[in-house]
Amino acid sequence: MKTSTRKGIVQAIGFFALRAAMGLVLAVLLLFLYDIGKKGGGAISWEFLSQAPRRGMTEGGIFPAIVGTFLVTLITAVLAVPLGMSAAIYLHEYARQSRLTRLIRLSIRNLSGVPSIVYGLFGVILFVNVMRFGTSILSAGLTLGLMTLPWTITASEEALKTIPNSYREGAMALGATKWQTIRTNVLPYAVPGMLTGTVLGLARAAGETAPIMFTGAAFYLPFLPRSLGDQFMALPYHLYIMATQHHAIQQVRPLAYGTALVLIVLVLGMNMTAVVLRYRLRRKQR
Amino acid sequence: MKKRRRDLKEAAIRAFFLTCGVLAVLVLVGIFLTLVTTAVPAFREIRPSEFLLSKAWDPTSPEKAEYGILSMVVSTLMVTGGALLLAVPIGIAVAAYLSDVAHWRVREVLKPVVEILAAVPSVVVGFLGIVLIGPVLAKIFHTGNGLNAANGSILLAIMALPTIISISEDSLNAVPTAYNEASLALGASRWQTLLRVKLPAGLSGIIAATMLGMGRAIGETMTVLMVTGNARAFPHGFLDSVRTMTSGIAIELGEVPYYTTHYYALFAIGLVLFVITFAVNLVADVVLRKYQEREQ
Repeated sequence: MKTSTRKGIVQAIGFFALRAAMGLVLAVLLLFLYDIGKKGGGAISWEFLSQAPRRGMTEGGIFPAIVGTFLVTLITAVLAVPLGMSAAIYLHEYARQSRLTRLIRLSIRNLSGVPSIVYGLFGVILFVNVMRFGTSILSAGLTLGLMTLPWTITASEEALKTIPNSYREGAMALGATKWQTIRTNVLPYAVPGMLTGTVLGLARAAGETAPIMFTGAAFYLPFLPRSLGDQFMALPYHLYIMATQHHAIQQVRPLAYGTALVLIVLVLGMNMTAVVLRYRLRRKQR
Repeated sequence: MKKRRRDLKEAAIRAFFLTCGVLAVLVLVGIFLTLVTTAVPAFREIRPSEFLLSKAWDPTSPEKAEYGILSMVVSTLMVTGGALLLAVPIGIAVAAYLSDVAHWRVREVLKPVVEILAAVPSVVVGFLGIVLIGPVLAKIFHTGNGLNAANGSILLAIMALPTIISISEDSLNAVPTAYNEASLALGASRWQTLLRVKLPAGLSGIIAATMLGMGRAIGETMTVLMVTGNARAFPHGFLDSVRTMTSGIAIELGEVPYYTTHYYALFAIGLVLFVITFAVNLVADVVLRKYQEREQ
């Protein structure tokens, strides 16, 4: 009897510690979101969202940064989504267990662990120097695209895994070729899932700073980029500048909070969209 | 004739998809070779032993440029170590809570909430380190603005938590229920079962999770750049301002003239960073594979 009460007390204390750890993590997250929501909310206005920065970025808005982040994420998507899907199709539909397949998989796993600043260095050499795209939207977008590639491949393959083999066998049994099978009986059902997965990768890319710092993001440009060869302002880099590099950091703190809020709403919004789409999709498939 | 054309088309399509797959290998090899070829010219002027073992980094000194990265390497390891010290116990506790204590309905709500933490961009985390955590540290330890290694460790711990939690939880859930039931049947409490049966059984997954979190922390740039104070000196404690390898590259690459020894030396830091993270991730990968194979 006595040992069992002691056991009960120890368990109660132990479980309490586990709950406390969970509580701590939730508290940190809530504090983060609350602080940015509250102080960032005060800075948001129509002017802030639709105007360029003025007076050495102490006034005005972040419109060029919003446009820049949108454009660079578009380039990222154009590179990473089709390539990621195609690589996933190869791995899941064509590849056999071979040394090459294992090498490809190993490379993908390792690529997702390469630090973002190393992608930045690679982008400087490959896109800015060797391919002569200069510091531009194109260079930054392609650099982010390479970084996103391992995520889009993995996400696309997950979507392909959910398609039952009977779909493929049905088409093959009717005499369809491999590609006909994939095109008519696999992709139509897999593409929505592939897209939701890739949106998560793109959301991460949109919030990245290190890869674009040296491949095209500009400190301060009061006008919008006219072509893909121009430099651009981007939300994450703008936040970095406003938080650490500006000559009047305390004065522009509200603007920094506003930028942080817009960035976080953008990234979390993309995430939520993907999660909701995935949930709907799963319900439909059942 | 028609069949031949169809076969050709099929082969071409297969070749296209194969090329896309092989591209992943090419990118990884390309990154490595680019770093190597751009780093090598640095060693025309710098002795490799000086580069790795000297504490002094002062490439723009008018008298004698110095290129020792030891301070940056030690700073990176220190900030990362501090982050793991915080994140591993908390991460395992949260994973244990989610797998063994929480009601399944609560778990279904909390898991995506934890993932929100992973989605917060690193530059936003760094900003919060400046405005929230810095002042608190400054007040407690009386250290000016609170931009130091401790701040970096706290933020990196927060960023590594989602990875550690989700992989640890997977590995705890993968422990066969029979283990659990046998332990409970022998009269052990749920707490004893968790501590003495499930955690040891899921240990390899937890180690892999820690390694992956470590890889992320070593390579993280923006948060440490923003909150660790960027002092070039050799660190002596967590209240010192430090400059890690990643923030060293980030600060100086923007200002350095192209094709100088300094420029090449920054790529050499990148190469060291690449090799370290590659090794850490590879070990994590091997541990994770081992335990997944054993499961099947």
